[in-house]
Amino acid sequence: MKITREDVVRVAELAYLDLSEDELEKYRRQLDEILTYIGKLNELDTSGVAPMAQVLADDQTADATLREDLVVPSAVADDVLRQAPDPEPPYFRVPKVLER
Amino acid sequence: MTTTWTIDGVRAALSEKKISARELSAEFYKRIEARNPELNAFLALAPERARKQADKIDALIASGKPLPALAGVPIAVKDVISTRGIVTTCGSRILQNYVPPYDATAIERLDAAGAIILGKTNCDEFAMGSSNENSAYGAVKNPASTDRVPGGSSGGSAAAVAAGLAVAALGTDTGGSIRQPGSFCGVPAMMGSYGRVSRYGLIAFASSLDRIGPFATNIKDIAAMLGVIAGRDPHDSTSTTAPVPDYQNEIVKPVKGLRLGVPKEYFGEGMDAPVRQKIEAGLEIYKKLGCELVDIRMPHTDYAIATYYIIATAEASSNLARYDGVRFGLRVDSDSLLAMYRKTRGSGFGDEVKRRIVLGTYVLSAGYYDAYYLKGQKVRALIAKDFRDAFEKVDAIVTPTSPVPAFRLGERSQNPLQMYLADIYTVTGSLAGVPGISVPCGKVCGKLPVGLQIFGTPFDEARVLQLAYAFEQAGGASV
Repeated sequence: MKITREDVVRVAELAYLDLSEDELEKYRRQLDEILTYIGKLNELDTSGVAPMAQVLADDQTADATLREDLVVPSAVADDVLRQAPDPEPPYFRVPKVLER
Repeated sequence: MTTTWTIDGVRAALSEKKISARELSAEFYKRIEARNPELNAFLALAPERARKQADKIDALIASGKPLPALAGVPIAVKDVISTRGIVTTCGSRILQNYVPPYDATAIERLDAAGAIILGKTNCDEFAMGSSNENSAYGAVKNPASTDRVPGGSSGGSAAAVAAGLAVAALGTDTGGSIRQPGSFCGVPAMMGSYGRVSRYGLIAFASSLDRIGPFATNIKDIAAMLGVIAGRDPHDSTSTTAPVPDYQNEIVKPVKGLRLGVPKEYFGEGMDAPVRQKIEAGLEIYKKLGCELVDIRMPHTDYAIATYYIIATAEASSNLARYDGVRFGLRVDSDSLLAMYRKTRGSGFGDEVKRRIVLGTYVLSAGYYDAYYLKGQKVRALIAKDFRDAFEKVDAIVTPTSPVPAFRLGERSQNPLQMYLADIYTVTGSLAGVPGISVPCGKVCGKLPVGLQIFGTPFDEARVLQLAYAFEQAGGASV
């Protein structure tokens, strides 16, 4: 593997993560090392293997039938908004999204 | 030496009115006050909620009504599990002041069973770590030797039970985070099958791997705890309708004649010689109990860590997208929305969490998805098949929980890959979805506990518990 600084910048951009110059270099080096290790999976021929997209086998499935669509009381809005960094009940306030 | 309380012991003392639930929880808060400054096992205490619950139990006792399964039992809860009214940080700065508006289903069920929630235990940030050193609130110390790590990520829960600061505890296990700290601290620790315990209210790290499970001082109490929290929950579509047996009745069934698989791949290089000795002595106990030990192969074991760090980090990068400074937790102000997201996340997350978000985002990103994430899912299928094939030949699989005993604080924290490799014997079962337990299996260097791990077939926790109980009763903890 050869992970470049630009690779890490791109990923940090996708993940909305501010990273310092030191962090960019550290994660570049560590990502390189970890992905090199992960490369050992290529020793395995998996061409005929179906990916395991869920854990439960067919005979152990959870009750996957849809529940009835019932209205149930939920009075948690005040509690939820109380946890917001900048609430404006009944809204969450955020910095400006669109420039006029 | 402080008294070791068990669930039966609490029930007897309360019924015989030797102590009230209120006095008992006060006794535990006293222990915590004395010991926690050194151990750092608890992040938050909930004396008010505990007192209310204790008063309810004491009123039940006074009225002579029957007591629920965990009446008055003081319990500690890992800080990634939502508790109504009790600050829940996930060991992260980004949730420093977060107070959940609801209880996780596991907490609701403990509550209904009469348990007393003492407080929240320290853990690696968002359960990402194997030593508890990734907590934003400082590492937990191992009660067996305070210059050593308690294991992770549920290190606070393991340490609290081992030090007698709670009768039992809840932890969570994604790649070994219940079993490995149980092993390092010398207490039984169990994860049920994937789907056995509802994840509703568990703050997500990797949703296809995360499981809630108990720590206790003995197997009977593990069985009691699991029995209370297990079972279908409409709030978690992956929780199954598989019936929950009475585990406490099941554990006493004889283990004679059971076939136990011993996979060669779990006894390879990198395993401490003294740990190997203890595990081999543990296997001898099973022979004496009349079990048959069968050499088996699980050929994809060596690929489990690589597979795990693709799947777990991919899921984490997605789950942790919710920390955006809008609805809860930290916000670092900025004049645009995107800059606010970036600054909030960049300063709120710790080093390991950022590393995993970077790795997880990378393996999911355009051009790399097939090479990493899809490949990981395919190898995961092969690892699950290793387990299915093994269970064609044997009733359970017995291995060490960890290749090493508790290491020193700081000893591994500089090299992430080395830290990841500490989970080598536990991640396999996580990927396969099978139930697993770690039971104490002697000590090395005179004081450092070793854990023996038992895997069973999906939804046959009863068999795993039978084997653990028989091992405990035969003196496994002091081999």
